[in-house]
Amino acid sequence: MSKTTTRKKFLFHLNSWGFVIPAIVLFLWFNLLPMIQSFITSLQKGKGTVTTFGGLSNYARLFRDPVFIRATGNTLTYLMIQVPIMLVLALILAAMLNNPKLRFRGFYRTAIFLPCVTSLVAYSLLFKSMFAVDGVFNQFLMNLHIISEPIPWLLNTIWAKAVIIMAITWRWTGYNMIFYLSALQNIDHSIYEAAKVDGAGALHSFWKITVPMLKPVILLTAIMSTTGTLQIFDEVVNITNGGPANSTVSISQYIYNLLFKYVPDFGYASTVSYAIFFMVAVLSLIQFKVSGDKNDKIS
Amino acid sequence: MTKSVNIKREILVRKAAATGQYIFLSIAAILSIFPFIWIIIGTTNASKDITMGKLTFGNQLAANFNNLIKVGDVWLCLKNTTILAFSITVASILVCSLAGYGFVVFRSKKKDRFFSLILLSMMIPTSSLMVPLFRMFSRMHLLNTKLGVALPALSTAFLIFFFRQNTKSFPYETIQAARIDGLSELGIFFRIYMPMMKPTYSAAAIITFMSSWNNYMWPLVSLQTKDQRTLPLLISSLGSAYTPDFGIIMIGIVITTIPSALVFFLMQKSFVQGMMGSVK
Repeated sequence: MSKTTTRKKFLFHLNSWGFVIPAIVLFLWFNLLPMIQSFITSLQKGKGTVTTFGGLSNYARLFRDPVFIRATGNTLTYLMIQVPIMLVLALILAAMLNNPKLRFRGFYRTAIFLPCVTSLVAYSLLFKSMFAVDGVFNQFLMNLHIISEPIPWLLNTIWAKAVIIMAITWRWTGYNMIFYLSALQNIDHSIYEAAKVDGAGALHSFWKITVPMLKPVILLTAIMSTTGTLQIFDEVVNITNGGPANSTVSISQYIYNLLFKYVPDFGYASTVSYAIFFMVAVLSLIQFKVSGDKNDKIS
Repeated sequence: MTKSVNIKREILVRKAAATGQYIFLSIAAILSIFPFIWIIIGTTNASKDITMGKLTFGNQLAANFNNLIKVGDVWLCLKNTTILAFSITVASILVCSLAGYGFVVFRSKKKDRFFSLILLSMMIPTSSLMVPLFRMFSRMHLLNTKLGVALPALSTAFLIFFFRQNTKSFPYETIQAARIDGLSELGIFFRIYMPMMKPTYSAAAIITFMSSWNNYMWPLVSLQTKDQRTLPLLISSLGSAYTPDFGIIMIGIVITTIPSALVFFLMQKSFVQGMMGSVK
């Protein structure tokens, strides 16, 4: 009797772990193990296959490395300018499109989401072609008499950054908007009606109803965009390739360059990898903390 | 008197706000759509005209297409990309949905701990994994193989989280009833859970297919020979040429974009349904 129950229990455990084991093994093997190995590598000095133990010297080198400092500055610039603009735009668009009385709703929604179907490499090259000196964007601005001479977008250190920021915003605003839109479906419309009766304007109910109700989703999108922008790679490589004069190079691109452009310095490349990991972790934790009380988690 | 003026003013403000809203949305829509028109016009123009911002159709479509075939084997790249995207989508959805289901239906303290660990790994940037994975795969002789591109993409925190979240709303009584009917645990999963969760699976399939179709960084690092190249790698190499031929690039962009756009539009409805279940 008891034998069969222990057997049954054993079978149940086998079954229950069987479901999660493949995912856990793959996760440990290709996520956690590499991170541990990477840390060990980051303590080694030397190029190619000749390496010695260097302690934390690679980490000290980070602070003296002008290219790393430049790449970090660039990446943080993208992050601080692009993410807020994009999320606010997405939120405004979602709030507008959530109005059931709006005409052409389906058209607007599809149009604004459309950029998300493009591959990152494809749209990067697209922007590269549009922002050529004689390109379509300059001609457009000149026809509107906003500028009198063409702007050398990709040849100027500041404008090149602006192009990258515009490009990411174009690609991802609709994506974030979809998250907000689907979360807005869960807000009962009668709340807005009630607010209207109480004399609240559209702006007022946006700040007092929409934003607080969407807090968990806003947190989710903020974390996703922050981690995404911190790792920015495809756009920078394909629009400007880091130039002019390293003015757009990102941290991820620098890691790639350390591996493939020069004699591979695995130790230092791993150190830079850890630097970007710490930035992502710290910023995500800050966002969790800022988002307030423990009760509203994303899950 | 003043009251009626106030009401009139309010109506005017409302009307202005509504018009403003339409103008804002229309500008957003035009800005979103314009680059697509730009690619389509671009495929018919020579590179020189594209960088000069020509906005009318030309007659270079066939020439551009022939030039593209000359510089790179597009069909081979298309085949590589298709094989990779389909196998990654099927395998990762199977692995992650099994796990998402397991974490909810067979919940235990130990499993919860593993789940938190996986969730935390969302913070590990792909670019941090580039160096160690490159070294690991070179030791395992998996560089420059399709398996090597696929393996790190199979167990993703996002998909596991997505399936776990959606499983929470799955009626547990159905599982219990199936158990009483004598169905095995795997049988319940494949014959009852999977068909009932179709919208969730479609949404997950769209997300995974699009991201693996467009994957760039890890294939760039791990695939080294031309015969293994994927479409994004091909068009990226065209774009990094000293004098890039944008006519060729535009055709490449169209070929790369059509499949992922098709998948999205054919499955758009189920995508929205599936997403709605998870963002609650």
